[in-house]
Amino acid sequence: MNTLLDNIKTVFPNAEVWTQRKGLYHMSIPKEQLVTLVTHLKEVEGYLHLVQLTAVDWIEKNQFQLTYILNNPNKRIDVMVKTFIPRDNPTMETIHHLWEQAATYQRELREMFGIDFPGSPRVDKPFILEGWDNIPPYRRDFDTKKYAEETYFPRPGRETHDPKEYMKKKLYPDEI
Amino acid sequence: MKFSKLFKINEDRSLYPPLNSEGKVDIDLRSHKYVKLWHGPQHPGITGNMSLELTLLGDEIMDCETHVGYLHRGFEKLMERRKWIQCFPIVCRITVPEPDFNEYCFAAGVEELAGIEIPETAQWLRTLTLEMARLQSYLMWIGGQAGSLGMGIIGQWSNYCRDLVLDRFEELTGGRIYHMYIIPGGVRGLLPDGFEARMEETLKTIEEFMVDIDRVMFNNAVFKKRTVGMGYIDPKWIYQFGITGPNARAAGIPDDVRKKYPYLKYPELDFEPVVGKDSDIYTRADVRRRDLLLSVDLIRQILAKMPKDGDFKASTPNVLHWQIPAGETFIRSECTRGEFAYYIVSDGSEYPRRINVRGPSYTHAVALLEKMIINTNLADVAGLMTSLHTYPPEIER
Repeated sequence: MNTLLDNIKTVFPNAEVWTQRKGLYHMSIPKEQLVTLVTHLKEVEGYLHLVQLTAVDWIEKNQFQLTYILNNPNKRIDVMVKTFIPRDNPTMETIHHLWEQAATYQRELREMFGIDFPGSPRVDKPFILEGWDNIPPYRRDFDTKKYAEETYFPRPGRETHDPKEYMKKKLYPDEI
Repeated sequence: MKFSKLFKINEDRSLYPPLNSEGKVDIDLRSHKYVKLWHGPQHPGITGNMSLELTLLGDEIMDCETHVGYLHRGFEKLMERRKWIQCFPIVCRITVPEPDFNEYCFAAGVEELAGIEIPETAQWLRTLTLEMARLQSYLMWIGGQAGSLGMGIIGQWSNYCRDLVLDRFEELTGGRIYHMYIIPGGVRGLLPDGFEARMEETLKTIEEFMVDIDRVMFNNAVFKKRTVGMGYIDPKWIYQFGITGPNARAAGIPDDVRKKYPYLKYPELDFEPVVGKDSDIYTRADVRRRDLLLSVDLIRQILAKMPKDGDFKASTPNVLHWQIPAGETFIRSECTRGEFAYYIVSDGSEYPRRINVRGPSYTHAVALLEKMIINTNLADVAGLMTSLHTYPPEIER
């Protein structure tokens, strides 16, 4: 059996662990223990490289999923550490003390998803969007189409088609 | 010779402001000692539209902040509203110099989630396209690096060579910059007739020009004087800042995704990662030059080994109703700037739930550059930045 997953299961009984394919493991852990798990992975298990930090919006469950992808450069294994946080007033502990680039990821998550990371450097400074006063744009309930229609004006003489209907008409004209 | 004599660095720092407890300078703009200067977003020394907000004391940079957002088109959000196949022509737009890595990562992720095996010929053709993309991206970069240090002619030569590679891309895929060739399930076509001969001709021309570039740029006294010992990346920073690709390899860390996490047909090719040891601008440039020549070699190997016909696309369901099974995956590849990765989440519907792009410039251009640039000279900023090969669109996506 896999030693890493066994170790994690022993140290963090709350964590769920499973294997997707060779060299890619998943771990899911409650929000409070995430930073401890990530620190353990970095300091003890040798997962030195933070590849990615991102969020997924599960609006139907009213949750954000935070995914930390860590990599062990010696054993060549990736681990996806996941946690779920509530969508209302989302806050998460910062990990910028472990990796310098985490501050940039957290700054982007703050701007795009509205997830707060108290203590992270420059987290409240606009990163990509300047002077944005709408809801954070990468949330599922932000309607890009509505925003574009309100903000921009269509060029006259331009036709738009529903791609599904349009391709159906083009590829299978007999079926209609 | 003493380092300070060689580079004429004034060792007497008593005239400079003292550092505070955090190791930074307390900048008081009202003291009239400092100048704020915006380097970019439209500056010839910047690869793409990104700006550096510099605080200068004399010629020396005291503080720097990276500003991005000039190219934001919200690709990741756009893709959430589009069917899987409609994302295929979007992903390549994320990085202009080498769109094929986006196409590969997206296609490989979709195939993994949908459980599709792609045919042998398609794998070889994908490897070929990725190496051609690497070649032309390096050719574009070499002109930028030389240009940022005042050697405009190199850019003209290398862009001529790049155009030849784009001609080969046009033959193979129909597009010069955005190829839209690596489709989920395989590729869009086989090699055209006589492609190998024309590719060989192009590779020979590139090799001839690279000899000239080596003489004029890498043996140039001015280039050496301005780059040797400049822009040092400590090997200890590699994982602390998430540095990957040639920037890490120039520091002596042989991290190459092609070798470490073999994908496509790279295990069948004979190569070793290019590594340097001095970790300055010159070494990084040299690592990239040798990596470019390695790409030339790999393209020759691929063309010699690959089957020229056969099935090039696995059968996929009707793409208009394609529902990818729920799940998430992570696919990485080695692009010219480092580790390029896609994180794809599907909820089992016809639309992706989330696609997140990990561009290597994300770590290089913000956290790392802001640290490295402190105490360098204003004239070296463009050269230092180009030597990290940062590319803003992949930061903003």
